[in-house]
Amino acid sequence: MKKAVRKQVLLQGNEACVEGALMAGCRFYAGYPITPATEIMEIMARKMPGASGVFIQMEDEIASLGAVIGASLAGSKSMTATSGPGFSLMQEHIGYASMAEVPCVIVDVMRAGPSTGLPTQPSQSDVMQSRWGTHGDHPIIVLAPSSVYEFFELTVQAFNLSERYRTPVILLVDELVAHMREGVILPTRDSLEIEDRPHPTVPPEWYIPYADPGTGVPAMPAFGEGYRYHVTGLYHDVRGYPTVRTDEVEPLIHRLFNKISKDYDRLQWFDAFATEDAKITIIAYGCVARAALRAVQQAREKGLKVGLINLKILWPFMRRTISGILENSAKVLVPELNIGQISREVKRINQSRCEVLTLNKVDGTPIKPAEILRTLEEVYS
Amino acid sequence: MNRVEIYRGWCKQCGICIAFCPHQVLEADDSGYPVVRNPEKCTGCLLCEMRCPDFAIVVNKDEESREETGSPAGK
Amino acid sequence: MREAEHLVHKYLRSSKRFPHIWCSGCGIGIFMQALVRVIDQSEYSKDDIVLISGIGCSGRLPVYVDFNTLHTTHGRALTFATGIKLANPRLKVITVMGDGDAVAIGGNHFIHAARRNVEIASFILNNNVYGMTGGQSSPTTPHGAITASAPYGNIEPDFDICRLAEAAGAVLVARSTVYHTRLLERLIGMALKKKGFSVLEVVSQCTTYTGRFLQLNSPVEMLKWQKDNAITVEKAKQLSDTELEGKIVIGVLVNRERPNYHEQYQSLLGKKSKV
Ligand SMILES: Cc1ncc(C[n+]2csc(CCOP(=O)(O)OP(=O)(O)O)c2C)c(N)n1
Ligand code: SF4
Ligand code: SF4
Ligand code: SF4
Repeated sequence: MKKAVRKQVLLQGNEACVEGALMAGCRFYAGYPITPATEIMEIMARKMPGASGVFIQMEDEIASLGAVIGASLAGSKSMTATSGPGFSLMQEHIGYASMAEVPCVIVDVMRAGPSTGLPTQPSQSDVMQSRWGTHGDHPIIVLAPSSVYEFFELTVQAFNLSERYRTPVILLVDELVAHMREGVILPTRDSLEIEDRPHPTVPPEWYIPYADPGTGVPAMPAFGEGYRYHVTGLYHDVRGYPTVRTDEVEPLIHRLFNKISKDYDRLQWFDAFATEDAKITIIAYGCVARAALRAVQQAREKGLKVGLINLKILWPFMRRTISGILENSAKVLVPELNIGQISREVKRINQSRCEVLTLNKVDGTPIKPAEILRTLEEVYS
Repeated sequence: MNRVEIYRGWCKQCGICIAFCPHQVLEADDSGYPVVRNPEKCTGCLLCEMRCPDFAIVVNKDEESREETGSPAGK
Repeated sequence: MREAEHLVHKYLRSSKRFPHIWCSGCGIGIFMQALVRVIDQSEYSKDDIVLISGIGCSGRLPVYVDFNTLHTTHGRALTFATGIKLANPRLKVITVMGDGDAVAIGGNHFIHAARRNVEIASFILNNNVYGMTGGQSSPTTPHGAITASAPYGNIEPDFDICRLAEAAGAVLVARSTVYHTRLLERLIGMALKKKGFSVLEVVSQCTTYTGRFLQLNSPVEMLKWQKDNAITVEKAKQLSDTELEGKIVIGVLVNRERPNYHEQYQSLLGKKSKV
């Protein structure tokens, strides 16, 4: 019998994101149009009804994420997509989802800011906003794809992580990755590992909504299933009721952090290229990592011992992985399409182990391989 | 006879039940808590109970007077 | 049977501390009891109901009652409600909002929820003031009133929540005061039954702050004020605009039919694009 061969398809990054979301089980999308993320919304509008899911265009991005959180509480895997100005508006509800522990996925196809900025050019300037945009201490997971296939793959993973940890997960994407078209072979749904939020294993009378079952992630039933409970953005006790008791407030914020930080070792996602003997290692993500890969290949041809780490997870920052690099390289180069955001974090954990160099481009155009190569040649000694 | 009961633990002495009882059944004591002064006048209209912001007053209705009056929400 | 006691046991969360946080004589508690009473007489089970609030004194209501309850962000209750209703249309979705909550910070969400006609029963507790933050002006604070944020008198005009709801497309628009408890219950019942976006403005007293600018010194005076100034929709029809000045028109203001969002969305299900 002939084995079914998965055909290669030509997909745009934003299309691949939708494919990933649907395969991960996303059945609710709410959004508001904004370049360069609009395609995600338009494709969702076409595909959701066929997938028996819900698509709705809301009145703004605050409303979009509000609806997404509501749908998630009602049991649907949900997402939204936006760009800088909309991402700013979503911050209030990112904090809410983090505090109330509601799984949801937010795509930010970045544009250069501040304000309306450069709507159609590639940028990576929301790295810090994705980490600290909403007020207050909070954990967050941020993923950064650098190819069309990775956009698909990390979208699936974004849902998995948000379900596993009951936390908002952000996909931080640049315009190049969002709009480029690449041939990809998508896996079948069955070959993917899909995770769902932990469900209560006790009857409703025994259910304590925010009690830590040991994993740090409380069980989450859907509204309407018979487990009636209270959800709030206020600090709450294990029953979900507002509290100002010091012995309830502090354990909550620590649990929110610990449920993710206990798994730091599992959350080291990167591609390493020629790093073993590298004297200079490039740390990059998104479209810049693509240019860097080319530059490293060319440099190697010229006999320069250079390597590349392509970060898939930006937050929580992969301290362990990066520390290893800083330990073993003489120099580290961090090229970015911003004024220096991930490089700042690299410098913070460096503690003078090696020299951290930056290459920042903020004129609205991508960093070219030649620019990285030139820098490598200049600093190689 | 209808019996009106007040839960002091929940009552915030707002005086609403006293002021709007159509038959002056209730009266404030020295600390402002409602007390039943004229139980025989109570028609069981439930207005005191329905207007209490604190769920602090309950009218135990005598079964006979129950039919004609009461909340329009149902029964 | 012991009416309120029965309600207390059946609907108030026994694991929650009472008395509740609202000030003595605050109208929110009267509304809460009316809501619970109506639900008790309705066909909905506690599991069917999702009660959603924004932020403010009224926002604290859901925590006391034993439904699926959600205390959201200031002004955004309707956005969460929209998501919940569309994700699971079998749920009975109810929102409770303050006046500032619903029509200042949440004004845009309010207009669009009404326009879309998502099936949500929305109750707006209008106490003409920002209660929780200490008595500042809200969009329904009367012109001239002295508030914490208008120490020389409010120079902004107030607006009529019900007319806004009507213009935006709500299919049921009604108003009651908390004094008129029987009417209140009847209107809550209608709002819960309506297969679309319904708005019930509940004129309520903030005994701590509104009383001050209306020169009403006690909860009792404030309820009397509601009683004396209320006028039914039917009577209001015979009066001129100047005669209606300062009056609270109570009853059903709009009751109409329009396809709701969910029914229309259902007709799209299964559609597959060729693109
Ligand atoms: C985004 C945001 N802005 C401001 C506040 C502060 N705040 C809390 S409640 C409130 C107003 C409450 O007034 P209203 O909505 O009329 O409800 P009430 O307290 O009178 O019931 C404000 C401004 C907030 N919580 N969130
Ligand atoms: S039930 Fe009616 S008559 Fe009796 S005390 Fe209450 S308000 Fe008065
Ligand atoms: S209405 Fe309720 S809270 Fe107010 S005085 Fe009467 S019993 Fe007490
Ligand atoms: S401040 Fe006003 S609205 Fe808030 S609980 Fe007190 S009386 Fe009620």
